[in-house]
Amino acid sequence: MSKHTLSVLVENKPGVLTRIAALFSRRGFNIDSLAVGPTEHSEISRMTIVVDVEGTPLEQVTKQLNKLVEVIKIVELDHSASVQRELMLVKVAAPVDARGQVLDAVQLFRAKVVDIAPDAVTIQIVGNADKLADFLRVLEPFGIRELVQSGMVAIGRGSRSISERSLRPVAIPAPPPAARSVV
Amino acid sequence: MSEQVTGAQSLIQSLEAAGAENIFGIPGGAILPAYDPLMDSSIRHILVRHEQGAGHAAQGYAAASGKVGVCMATSGPGATNLVTPLADAHMDSVPMVAITGQVGATLIGTDAFQEADIRGITMPITKHNFLVKDPAEIPRTIAEAFHIAATGRPGPVLVDVAKSALQSMTTYTWPTELQLPGYRPVTRPHSKQIREAARLILAARRPVLYVGGGVVRARAARELRVLAELTGMPVVTTLMARGAFPDSHAQHLGMPGMHGTVAAVAGLQKSDLIISLGARFDDRVTGNLDSFAPGALVIHADIDPAEIGKNRHADVPIVGDCREVISDLVVALKAEADAGHTGDYEAWVEFLAGVKKKYALGYDQPSDGTLAPQYVLERLGQIAGPEAIYAAGVGQHQMWAAQFIGYEQPNHWLNSGGLGTMGYSVPAAMGAKVACPDSTVWAIDGDGCFQMTNQELATCAINDIPIKVAIINNESLGMVRQWQTLFYNERYSNTDLHSKRIPDFVKLAEAYGCVGLACESPEAVDATIEKAMEIDDAPVVVDFRVHRDAMVWPMVAAGTSNDDIKYARDLAPKYEVEDDWEVRNA
Repeated sequence: MSKHTLSVLVENKPGVLTRIAALFSRRGFNIDSLAVGPTEHSEISRMTIVVDVEGTPLEQVTKQLNKLVEVIKIVELDHSASVQRELMLVKVAAPVDARGQVLDAVQLFRAKVVDIAPDAVTIQIVGNADKLADFLRVLEPFGIRELVQSGMVAIGRGSRSISERSLRPVAIPAPPPAARSVV
Repeated sequence: MSEQVTGAQSLIQSLEAAGAENIFGIPGGAILPAYDPLMDSSIRHILVRHEQGAGHAAQGYAAASGKVGVCMATSGPGATNLVTPLADAHMDSVPMVAITGQVGATLIGTDAFQEADIRGITMPITKHNFLVKDPAEIPRTIAEAFHIAATGRPGPVLVDVAKSALQSMTTYTWPTELQLPGYRPVTRPHSKQIREAARLILAARRPVLYVGGGVVRARAARELRVLAELTGMPVVTTLMARGAFPDSHAQHLGMPGMHGTVAAVAGLQKSDLIISLGARFDDRVTGNLDSFAPGALVIHADIDPAEIGKNRHADVPIVGDCREVISDLVVALKAEADAGHTGDYEAWVEFLAGVKKKYALGYDQPSDGTLAPQYVLERLGQIAGPEAIYAAGVGQHQMWAAQFIGYEQPNHWLNSGGLGTMGYSVPAAMGAKVACPDSTVWAIDGDGCFQMTNQELATCAINDIPIKVAIINNESLGMVRQWQTLFYNERYSNTDLHSKRIPDFVKLAEAYGCVGLACESPEAVDATIEKAMEIDDAPVVVDFRVHRDAMVWPMVAAGTSNDDIKYARDLAPKYEVEDDWEVRNA
């Protein structure tokens, strides 16, 4: 398994996304998907990054990310211990004679029709990557006109939060003494 | 309610509060408001001739003193001229703060006159950077910038301040705490890792202390010496760490790497345990990574966790400040020694002593009576002595200066190691002289390097910064020429600088208000250096006109294995540690 899901808490400051994207590009790390948004703390944003670590060990990726001053915390979310979701909007050809079958698929996948036109419907579906891929396979024969997909967002299962105790300020330390006696 | 001040006043007060005593810089439109209160400040501002000079001077100041170096420039081209020194400081972990002016906040993004997105440009080459548009944020940003630059793994921090923020009214309050939730460098090593490291050190038969620039930055040279003498382990010091361990010390094998000593390269290559202290397994040290020290376990101590395991697997990773790591190792190993447990390295030390003696650094005197560059450096090191500070450029002269000058103390050897910036030497020497006015500071430069930044001689002459410059003039881009000799069939494409004809370095020095000297024969070297040493009221430039075909040896060709080291052209050292081993341990 060369794909890993990282939840990255960052300070909500201008330029943070650039720093992270630039780091991946500069170090030759591969991003599969990246989603960013606000959290329960206004000062903190959360990024969910799916990294493909073919060639670079995950450890180097997280260590380099951690060096960014505005990165507060990185947690790897294990597939089985977290809920992972992506959102997709897909516009599919649905002339009257095929519409019934398209709507059947929508129901089967617990998706939702969000817009309708004489010869097409736009469907919203939420799920993990596998579910979305399966859904697309079913829709393909009808003709997919347009497709847009969010990056993955993910959260750990259970009651624990990864963002507790993340914003403690630091006191300005005294400058180091010029020299210290040898032990 | 605090007194109302301008953002510019707040900036200067903040710099004073952060401890800045000297700033190297050049004013310009966007930073101009800051230069007005600077006139009344306790801070000495040194007006340089090019922003790159300001940046390297701040680096030299920081590298010689251990304090944060500060430089200042205006927006656009002023700021972009700082890019090279920032990248250099980032590679070599130099604590430095760069202040740049930016166009007014409302003009940002409009391609205004002298606008450049310097924060975006410098993101990958600074430890961190800031753009300040709100004057109220100036004091906290400056406090954070100095804190980030000086702590953890040191590095350059850029603070870009919009002109509108400098001009608006605000209040000045120095912060008591920093809002840096994502910045908490680990300095205390983990005791379990220290115990494990001590165990490996005692069990090893062929250990070596691989000392990098982190030991210099952590001010850990004294602790290192205690550790080395307690255990008797051999020591190698990288290009960045020259002086961290005395060259005169019997346990010192010298510098490892592409142009390292045979003993230092063999010491790493044949070891069974590498104790890496503040070093980063750079390609110039390891050569071909796959064949580097194949039989060695690795203890890797560094304050930057990302360096550990980046290039070479670490069997015992230790995250921490080098001084604390070494101190803890000393405590652990002393306790073991008191309990009667010490390592047995006798055969290894003896073997390396033999290699060190047999393959000592050397060079050939040119048969035509012309000057050997190595001889110049050797004599310079002996006459100016280990108390002097040496700042080198990049290339052959840098390697000879690293090889043939004896360093006894940290912070006395400054150079551009990671980035390899030609032109570093003269401005860095200037910065070092400002930091250490009572020390003799020699810039050791090549004729190519010198022509990249020698305009700062004017700054030195006018501001009473009497540095000394030794130009090792082989009228070529010497290191490139050496590669052309070795790898491009002696086809010398664009490496001939004709610098023995143009410019006349003596006249150039004099034009800049410096004393210019020239030296062409081995017999005149001592007298010339002594004359330069006597002059203390003006910068001195010495044009050492040396033999152009001298090459830097030993050499591990780029990308090849350290096993293929040559100590002279086509000459490989002959030692077989494994054979020696079996015999001795039989």
